[in-house]
Amino acid sequence: MAVKQYIEAIRDALFEEMRRDERVFVLGEDVGVRGGVFRVTDGLYAEFGEYRALDFPLTESAIVGVAIGAAAAGMVPIAEIQFADFIMPAVNQIISEAAKFHYRSNGDWNCPIVIRAPYGGGIHGALYHSQSVEALFTHVPGLKIVTPATPYDAKGLLKAAIRDPDPVLFFEHKKLYRSIKAEVPEGDYTVPIGRAAVVREGTDLTVISYGYTLHLALEAAGELAKQGFEAEVLDLRTLRPLDESAILAAARKTGKVLIVHEDNKVCGVGAEVSAMIAEHALFDLDAPIRRLAGPEVPAMPFSPTLEKAYMLTAQKVYDAMLELARF
Amino acid sequence: MNKDTLLRWYRTMMRIRIFEETVNEKFLAGEIPGFVHLYIGEEAVATAVCSLLEESDYITSTHRGHGHTIAKGADVKRMMAELYGKRTGYCKGKGGSMHIADFGVGMLGANGVVGGGINLAAGAALASQLLGNGRIAVSFFGDGASNRGTFHEGLNLASVWRLPVVFVCENNQWSSTTPYRESTSVEDIAVRAAAYSMPGAVADGNDIFDVYEKAAQMTQRAREGGGPSLLEAKTYRIKGHFVGDPEKYRKREEVMEQLDRNDPIKRFVERVLEEGLLTSEDLTRIDHETLEEVSSAVAFAKESPFPEPTEAYEDLFVEAGAQ
Repeated sequence: MAVKQYIEAIRDALFEEMRRDERVFVLGEDVGVRGGVFRVTDGLYAEFGEYRALDFPLTESAIVGVAIGAAAAGMVPIAEIQFADFIMPAVNQIISEAAKFHYRSNGDWNCPIVIRAPYGGGIHGALYHSQSVEALFTHVPGLKIVTPATPYDAKGLLKAAIRDPDPVLFFEHKKLYRSIKAEVPEGDYTVPIGRAAVVREGTDLTVISYGYTLHLALEAAGELAKQGFEAEVLDLRTLRPLDESAILAAARKTGKVLIVHEDNKVCGVGAEVSAMIAEHALFDLDAPIRRLAGPEVPAMPFSPTLEKAYMLTAQKVYDAMLELARF
Repeated sequence: MNKDTLLRWYRTMMRIRIFEETVNEKFLAGEIPGFVHLYIGEEAVATAVCSLLEESDYITSTHRGHGHTIAKGADVKRMMAELYGKRTGYCKGKGGSMHIADFGVGMLGANGVVGGGINLAAGAALASQLLGNGRIAVSFFGDGASNRGTFHEGLNLASVWRLPVVFVCENNQWSSTTPYRESTSVEDIAVRAAAYSMPGAVADGNDIFDVYEKAAQMTQRAREGGGPSLLEAKTYRIKGHFVGDPEKYRKREEVMEQLDRNDPIKRFVERVLEEGLLTSEDLTRIDHETLEEVSSAVAFAKESPFPEPTEAYEDLFVEAGAQ
């Protein structure tokens, strides 16, 4: 197996799916000649031409609107939103159109689009290039929300998203693009949407996370083992639909749950996971559910000291884990 | 214009008119729930434009969508059933008046959001271009939508890529309760086409012959790979913004004057009879058939069952159980 960066795994999925099915095409700002600002779509233009790596006007509502219309007329569009922060003008198209297509037609039509968007902070992007917007969409029935943390999952989940007949929002943590490398099998495979994965076995406490902070949890779990506490770590991978049975199993296994995400806490994904555990597994718990999340401020601040204060670190996750382990 | 086309036009306009007069009556009688926006007085636009389209061509519509839906060939029975909230309706009762769509006849949806369909039409046209299947798309929208971002986005990119799409702005003079002149920077919305390097034209939206003639040039241009165009059809919204609208923002005389002088169906009838193109027997026969057709649609809707409450939880995703 080849070792691939997270970004390479995503790019491989795009190439392979576009070769497999000529209806698949990519549209977005700078995705063609430039290959995307993060270079995710690099090379698509050369292989597939300008119509399948389509440079779009700077208008997100139209990127998504056109993707929906093209999907209705037989194509399989992959819309790139350059930064997840820029998705706001397209919210109307995503929530009012894409999420409702299948429902309003009683299954006569569907909306096989993928919307890819890099999210998250830690690269000095400040206010409009750092946001975690996933929870805004996890509230919406009719959408599927995917947030892979590893190269293997990124490739397999993107392929699954492209082949999925329903609208999928595919959020890529931009700090992972080049910082995470791992083995990825050559060739075709998919990872099912809606399934979480246990990425570390343990018996003393359970950490539930996704995206960039999953790696912080794994690093902290390694340190915590030196103190004699073994953490079970669950990667949600899909935020809607949540994998209820995996979440409840992981919670019941240790009786202590810490949920970690970069997005802020109030009404975040952790709130839903926490409620799910409280509703179904309260009497299996040995400690109150804990959440470690981004602060309740409206944006990621720019100054390095402020950004550092905002971002979670392995140390912050370790401290929270240790406190819970000792409860 | 051959006689078959004229008969087809008249049948379509009357089908829309009688359907909507009936809906108006049934809504006021409390039989139809929700919000209903009527197209009465604007029938010539959808009828003329859709008569230039194949079944496989695409349209997008608006919150005022019954006319477009009928003109594109949808079944009035399933439409009426949808308005009644019945499971035999186009959306099995999930959509109602504002959200009817029928992909089978290329009708990509009425739309509860002003300007919501413009980019969808551009997307369908892009797919036609990519697939090389020769289909074109038409987006119907109102004067109010022409002030929204999606209008400018859609026209710009359609022009850049020479998409096979015709943008049809139905200027019915009223953006909800505000006169378009008070909310729009231009007298003729068609002049905005120049900003996007495409042809723009104004048609008398209540003269079906004029709409047809101007739209024909635009659909032909789209089919020949010439790119998009903008047609502004000047018309008039006879009814309120919605059924039940108290209409305190305009004078009754203004509406009556339009109805008397500018009703598109009346103008059509006067012309075809005067020029001897159709006979009053032709028209009367269609009137009877259409009344019968709509009345059986009402009967169908009334007899149809409501959806089961559990159906509210169905059809979220293609794969059942994925929700």
